[in-house]
Amino acid sequence: MATSRAAGRTRWLVTGPPFVFLVLFFLVPALIMVVASFRYPGDFGGLAPLAPAKPGEEAGLTLDNYRMFFSDWIYFQIFLKSFGVAAITTLVCLIIAYPLAALIARSPKRHRDLMVLLCVLPFASNFLVRVYAWMIMLGPFDLLFSQFAVLAGMVYVHLPFMILPLYTNLEKHDPMLLDAAQDLGANGWQRFWRVTFPLSAPGVFAGSALVFIPVLGMFAIPEILGGIGDWLVGNMIKEAFLGVRDWPFGSMLSLMLTVCVLAIAGVATWLARRGVAGA
Amino acid sequence: MPLLDIRNVTRRFGALAAVDNVSLTIEAGEFFTLLGPSGCGKTTLLRMIAGFDLPDAGAILLDGRDLADTPPEKRPIHTVFQSYALFPHMTVAQNVAFPLKMAGKPPAEIGTKLKEALAQVHLEDKGDQYPHELSGGQKQRVALARALVNRPRVLLLDEPLGALDAKLREEMQIELIGLQREVGVTFVFVTHAQAEALALSHRIAVMNAGRIEQLDEPSKIYGFPKNRFVADFIGHCNMLEAAVIEASPHGLRLDVKGLGEVSAPAAERARARSAGVLAIRPEQVRIAAADTAHELANRFAGRVQDFLYVGDVTTYLVELANGARLEALLANSAPGRARFFEVGEPVEVAWRRDAGVFLPD
Repeated sequence: MATSRAAGRTRWLVTGPPFVFLVLFFLVPALIMVVASFRYPGDFGGLAPLAPAKPGEEAGLTLDNYRMFFSDWIYFQIFLKSFGVAAITTLVCLIIAYPLAALIARSPKRHRDLMVLLCVLPFASNFLVRVYAWMIMLGPFDLLFSQFAVLAGMVYVHLPFMILPLYTNLEKHDPMLLDAAQDLGANGWQRFWRVTFPLSAPGVFAGSALVFIPVLGMFAIPEILGGIGDWLVGNMIKEAFLGVRDWPFGSMLSLMLTVCVLAIAGVATWLARRGVAGA
Repeated sequence: MPLLDIRNVTRRFGALAAVDNVSLTIEAGEFFTLLGPSGCGKTTLLRMIAGFDLPDAGAILLDGRDLADTPPEKRPIHTVFQSYALFPHMTVAQNVAFPLKMAGKPPAEIGTKLKEALAQVHLEDKGDQYPHELSGGQKQRVALARALVNRPRVLLLDEPLGALDAKLREEMQIELIGLQREVGVTFVFVTHAQAEALALSHRIAVMNAGRIEQLDEPSKIYGFPKNRFVADFIGHCNMLEAAVIEASPHGLRLDVKGLGEVSAPAAERARARSAGVLAIRPEQVRIAAADTAHELANRFAGRVQDFLYVGDVTTYLVELANGARLEALLANSAPGRARFFEVGEPVEVAWRRDAGVFLPD
């Protein structure tokens, strides 16, 4: 009895602080945002009061923000474009990161840590400085302020997030499995697609999520490298809060983005399960 | 023509010759074992047969054709790995069907062969399970079925029973023998466990330091070891330092240091005055109470120093007059009795004229 109570207390001591932290700094703000998306903007930013101070003033709860979102194609188009950019960035990252991660995983142990360090070394310098560096690099080639520039920047910034989970996964692979596959008649191509790649699926999923989701919310890169023509959801949300100071509209956009991401994650998980069962 | 012809194969790692000028031939349908301590080169030789490693010198021929330019995936040689190396993301059925798919067999053929292979290893009902759901013995069977399903010319087995517990290992040995007889595929088995090698093989190559010490049938290897290494490595053996007094085609007269004259069977390289050891198996040494009437020629007095009871037999450690220690094995024929002689008791040990083997240095 005493031991189980002690165990209960230990469990609470371990899980309690992070639980409280998440409630305070994740759940409560998320709920505030949900409520905010149903309210009117204040006159000078912020939110309008719930009860009208003067008659005729906009106050209380409304569906206006959502009505606006669903009544204009432009939002749908920007969402679609953002998801497209995120998908292409993820794919390009995957294609570049996979051979790199495999190379690190197959290198002698003493070289691996150094190679991983080199991959994350760019984080040591400021994000904006690195993006400006791309401006300097792309400028002379007349590639600045183009979709290519945005994509290059996105891929560059997010590549380590793809390399690391892939490397962690590939490093654990038993090289004996590849020997076995070869012994049983599989050529190099078959060994990759039938053994290495399916076994790396968790790494591919983790890396893709770590790239896809931040890219969706990214506004600095499109703004700096994409010029005025390239608006993505991130820019729209940032502009809603900081530009036109329409907090409820920004909250609604953030919420819609979250819903879309969760939906995609749900579909991906479902597909992955089915894939495992049917492979 | 032999199925597998290994000709003067050498493989060096730096200055060390892991496999040193090894030649041997393996016939179709044979259960052949490479036996030796770890680091003797048996696994290196196996990897060269599979194609994962290439000889620095010499050649490996299958059906008279040099395999040097054939990569592992093109060789009709499959391996059962020590760790089984089952694909964790595939079911048992997918694992077993893998070689058939790689060979591009039509689905109908894959279906029937898969069924047959699973039945052969008694895993008909496990096809939909994943490797992590299986026991060690079941994994072993899947690995066997997978390596055999596409009927390779040669099946290589790399210490496949090493990870199993003793009881299961014995069961799997019997199954292996049956399976090999059933499918008729040539098995090349690598192990460091001498009992396993003796139980399973048609022929055994005993390897040490990259060379073959002796290549023969199990009973010949056990009964007539060619040198000290083989005698020592295979089973238990008493070694008595001895010198030849007289050598003839009918037999040897030996002088065992401090003990006296002993008769032994003729040995090839034994000349008069050559020194060596007389090797005798513990089960060939008879132990009896002192001063018992005895018809055996080689007989000496001693004292029981210690004994080891293992159930079916008891091994007595007997100290002889010259200080040499001899192990003698006695079956425990009386129920409930662990020993027939007490420690310190004077006894007599004796062995037949044809029992020992003289191994010149």
